[in-house]
Amino acid sequence: MSNIVATHETILVIGGGISGMTTALEAAECGKDVILIEKNPALGGRVSQLYKYFPKLCRPSCGQEINLRRIKANKRLRVLTMAEIENLTGEAGNYTATVKIHPRYVKENCTACGACARAVTAQIDDPHNYGMSKIGAAYLPNNMAYPQRYVIDPSIVGTEQGEKAKAACPVDAIDLDMQEQSMKIKCGAVVFATGWRPYDASRIEPYGYERYEDVITSVELERMMDPFGPSAGKLVRPSTGEEAKDIAFIQCAGSRDRNHLSHCSRICCMASLKQSTYLGEKYGDDEDAKATIYYIDIRTIDRFEDFERQVRQDKKVKFIKSKVASIVKHPDSGKPVLIGVDTHGYHRYENAHDLVVLAVGMQPSLDIASITHTTHGIALDSSGFIELDSANGGSANGDSENAAVNGVFGAGCASNPLDVNRSVQSATAAALRAIQVVNRVAASSSAARSQ
Amino acid sequence: MTNEVKVAAYMCKGCGLGERLDTKLLVDIAQSEGGVSICKSHDYLCSSDGIATIRDDIDNQGVTHVVIGACSRRSKTEAFNFSATDAGRVGAADEATKGVAVARANLREGVIWSQPDSDDARELTQDMANDYVRMACAEAKFMQQPVADPERGANKRILVVGGGISGITAALESAKAGYEVLLVEKTAHLGGWTKTFHRRLPAKEPYAHPHDNDIDELVNQIEVAANITVFLNATLTKTSGAPGQFSVDITTESGATVTENVGALVQASGFTRYDASQLPEFGYGKSPDVVDQIELEALAKSANGPNGEGGIARPSDGKMVESVVFVQCAGQRSDKPGHLPYCSGYCCNVSIKQAMYFKDQNPDIDTNVIYTDLRTPGNSEDFYRSAQLKGVVFTNGTVNKIEVNKIEVNKVGTEGDQLSVNFHDHILDQDAITHADLVVLATGQVPNSGVDIESKIPDANDRADNTAGQSAQVKVSVESILNLDYRQGRDLPHLKHGFSDSHFICFPYETRRTGIYTCGPVRRPMDIVQSIEDATGAAMKAIQAVEGAAMGRAAHPRSGDLSYPSFRKEGCTQCKRCTVECPFGAIDEDENHYPVFNESRCRRCGTCMGACPVRVISFENYSVDTVGQQIKAVDMPDEFDEKPRILILACENDAYPALDMAAHNRIEYNAFVRIIPVRCLGSVNLIWVTDAINAGFDGIMMMGCKKGEDYQCHFVSGSELAHERMSKINDTLSQLQLEPERVQTYEVEITDIERVPKLINDYAAKIDEIGMNPFKGF
Repeated sequence: MSNIVATHETILVIGGGISGMTTALEAAECGKDVILIEKNPALGGRVSQLYKYFPKLCRPSCGQEINLRRIKANKRLRVLTMAEIENLTGEAGNYTATVKIHPRYVKENCTACGACARAVTAQIDDPHNYGMSKIGAAYLPNNMAYPQRYVIDPSIVGTEQGEKAKAACPVDAIDLDMQEQSMKIKCGAVVFATGWRPYDASRIEPYGYERYEDVITSVELERMMDPFGPSAGKLVRPSTGEEAKDIAFIQCAGSRDRNHLSHCSRICCMASLKQSTYLGEKYGDDEDAKATIYYIDIRTIDRFEDFERQVRQDKKVKFIKSKVASIVKHPDSGKPVLIGVDTHGYHRYENAHDLVVLAVGMQPSLDIASITHTTHGIALDSSGFIELDSANGGSANGDSENAAVNGVFGAGCASNPLDVNRSVQSATAAALRAIQVVNRVAASSSAARSQ
Repeated sequence: MTNEVKVAAYMCKGCGLGERLDTKLLVDIAQSEGGVSICKSHDYLCSSDGIATIRDDIDNQGVTHVVIGACSRRSKTEAFNFSATDAGRVGAADEATKGVAVARANLREGVIWSQPDSDDARELTQDMANDYVRMACAEAKFMQQPVADPERGANKRILVVGGGISGITAALESAKAGYEVLLVEKTAHLGGWTKTFHRRLPAKEPYAHPHDNDIDELVNQIEVAANITVFLNATLTKTSGAPGQFSVDITTESGATVTENVGALVQASGFTRYDASQLPEFGYGKSPDVVDQIELEALAKSANGPNGEGGIARPSDGKMVESVVFVQCAGQRSDKPGHLPYCSGYCCNVSIKQAMYFKDQNPDIDTNVIYTDLRTPGNSEDFYRSAQLKGVVFTNGTVNKIEVNKIEVNKVGTEGDQLSVNFHDHILDQDAITHADLVVLATGQVPNSGVDIESKIPDANDRADNTAGQSAQVKVSVESILNLDYRQGRDLPHLKHGFSDSHFICFPYETRRTGIYTCGPVRRPMDIVQSIEDATGAAMKAIQAVEGAAMGRAAHPRSGDLSYPSFRKEGCTQCKRCTVECPFGAIDEDENHYPVFNESRCRRCGTCMGACPVRVISFENYSVDTVGQQIKAVDMPDEFDEKPRILILACENDAYPALDMAAHNRIEYNAFVRIIPVRCLGSVNLIWVTDAINAGFDGIMMMGCKKGEDYQCHFVSGSELAHERMSKINDTLSQLQLEPERVQTYEVEITDIERVPKLINDYAAKIDEIGMNPFKGF
């Protein structure tokens, strides 16, 4: 593992979600050497936990399959999983990244036969399902997992369960003595594609995410829809396990609010509109199936407008312009009751629903400032997103005086709250910015050689 | 170079294969029926010892083709890749390093993991494995390891069409990466619409105030860049060729034409201003005091000339504006004729910026933005907040009408127009009127995307006459941007609402013309910051296209594939199906109507191969034979054996992975199916279907991606074409007195992990019902 040979012309991409995979592939397919590091045991990132993409309602794993095939075919691109960036120093053409490799306890010769999983009975919270369900402690992270290799959870290492897993492996791929490693990677340019995490819904106190089981987040709903998800593809009230047919969506849960996230997270309107179509998918023409979207502004820009129009024609979906004030539990039915004022005409409401989905905002998943100690620093906005700034080698505002000495860029949701399409655009642009840096390094070193 | 074929087969006994299958029998079959020279079994083939065994035979026994009887081609892909060609390494794609062809018999996912582990099931499970070994041996024999097209072009210059902010960015960013750029602009100066703006939106914190317009500095960077050549007053009058070898005629206003060779193109042809005279209800054209956002920029720019910050005057009489109303979504987000159905996305921010022009100059000026949904995504929420702090009023309402009244003499003694804005206030739920000195209509962007080459769906005769671009209806004449000398039309196909956007969420740059990438508002309505990001991405793709073309490698989605279509001219009947159906417009026609393949434009989907009625088109690693021989290799039990055979042709990107994942979850399906992955359902040639029927297959299932408006086929129309072609096969079936159910086409998604096995089982039951193929055994 520590025999990674990297040079000043290598591009390091941090984060193996759709943005990181894109940056890495676009650069590698241009003939550049790329190292892609991902903290989870499998590539795919946040989008691999989505049920469908808007606006086409197509499957994230479809594009992922293409990207994985590209990765398998490209010898210029090396992937390290369970690898976390700890420190970054240096400057353009000469960065050193310190990367921690967590033990998987399963070696590369694993064939994914599943014998270890059958031997192990211990269970852990399934991270792919946000802990809404359990998975065996020897597991393949998901159906699309790449690398296609099992993981032994540290909780069973040193236990009888761990030994059972090891004994079950027909190819001796399990190494329970595997230790955490630290490695240093030299590279010429760095792209942070570290993505986003959902805003911590429990901090929006009046919505009672921690108090009420039937208040969930938008990302959790995506998992509920998956036939391999926590409820085997059923929309349910977690409190009772009954079918949830009357679903409320609360927009801007944490976003556009200076007490939480001051920015608009951009994706949540389309995400809730998309999720409102899940009702039709599950319940067809059932008149009890209802979606109510509580919104401040519906932000469906460009041809997403077509999608909004389509949803508005759906009789199941109702829009209420309101920032919901609070949620209480109905004393009899136990259902969540939303309280607020419909600003269109100023009507007070108290509406009970089966399930409440908080359209939670996006924030950067990594505290980038804390690990970046490069010569010229890194420019982040007040939310922690990487700005396209000359300090980062970018030149959005034309001021490029520092561009020549910096080579750290953001891609996708590390740079802004973006939907998938815009993340890929951003990641493609980031690939070129990184290539500019390493081409400059290559040109100056070949000039030095010829002298 | 010798063409000697030496096939070696390796049967793995790991992952339970050794216990569940008779490996010795598989070895025998590979040798006796598959005709391989070497066949070995191994306890654990993907181990370093197993790989070394194969490698040794390649190096020392002259093995040219390898059959792997182990797991799915999607598993251990890197371990079993014996192509010596480094997909990314320049110059590696030559004869000396071409490596060996590999065929995979999917015995693990395709057999033992999808069949019950019981004594009863053993015979049928072994039958399946035997057939997959026969099929892989047959495939291997007809495969060639591809060698890059020797005619490929290696021109690496990037041509950018359009000198606005998007084109300027694409040019500068390409040049910064070390590439030579030609920048073609149809007007007399660079800068596009951006040059006419007073200020621009902020691109980084604080998102509080309009930012200086720095377009002049960017134009200056273009002018001083050593590797950018600018052509002003110039358009493209002819574009021909392919990535790595485009030939472009650049014609200037004077009529002079130069021909340049370039490797790839970026189309940044921008937008046309929406014609606000289509909005008479808003008084546009009735009063000069009703302006659009672009006119407001001009007013602000002239008011704030070199002599400092001036106020904006009312055009009708020169009075300083004291009140201004911004009408959002003017002619947008509307189904009315002549309106734009989409949201242009940037106009809310621009109205906020323009309201600040007034407030920053004089806080007493009333500024009122009337909107339905205020759309300031991302950090522009801060910009919205800043405007509120500056006193800009935002009114949630819909403007119905703007009345224009002449004022004889107003209080300052001038003659001007009085504008009355009638709107419905959504908060109070009542109609209201407000008066203003100036009204700004937030109209949208109309893409400048050239000729709509698909403006009607031409019938086959039309297509043959090459009139795809012409419509029987009278159409507004639109100038072509690229003037492509392509058989399928002069410009890029439009997607929706005239934008030449990509259809794909995860691959936004994939146009249907290889080596030509679009960016900026021609793709989707967007502001300056987004255009800069988009243009940088498009430049990346253009650079990748020239690098790939120089190595003879396919572009997305089969990136790195070195094969290309070859065509046997003597058999061709000039039917033109390939030239018409190619989803990427890669095939032209010569003067005798023979197809002319532009290899570097090809995406290797095989749609042409599927279309060809005389089967003269093939790829080295994928051909009528590589699949056809697999179909023929299946051992066909006679009609009394009660073992029907069902052929499944499955899209390799979606249906095949779904079947793999079903196997990983041990979801079982009928043992009578034999599955062949295909690049795209569009590559399925009808001969495979007739061969299968003739060989005695009782049913054929074809699994492709979703077709239609929200198509999911990564080769655009493959699934659609397959459905269309197969609808025609019904006639053939009925002539043969065969039931139409014998050939069925399905739309399958990659997530149909539980559904696909069910489809198979249901279909097998159906075949059981209708009985065996009567042609069996003939």
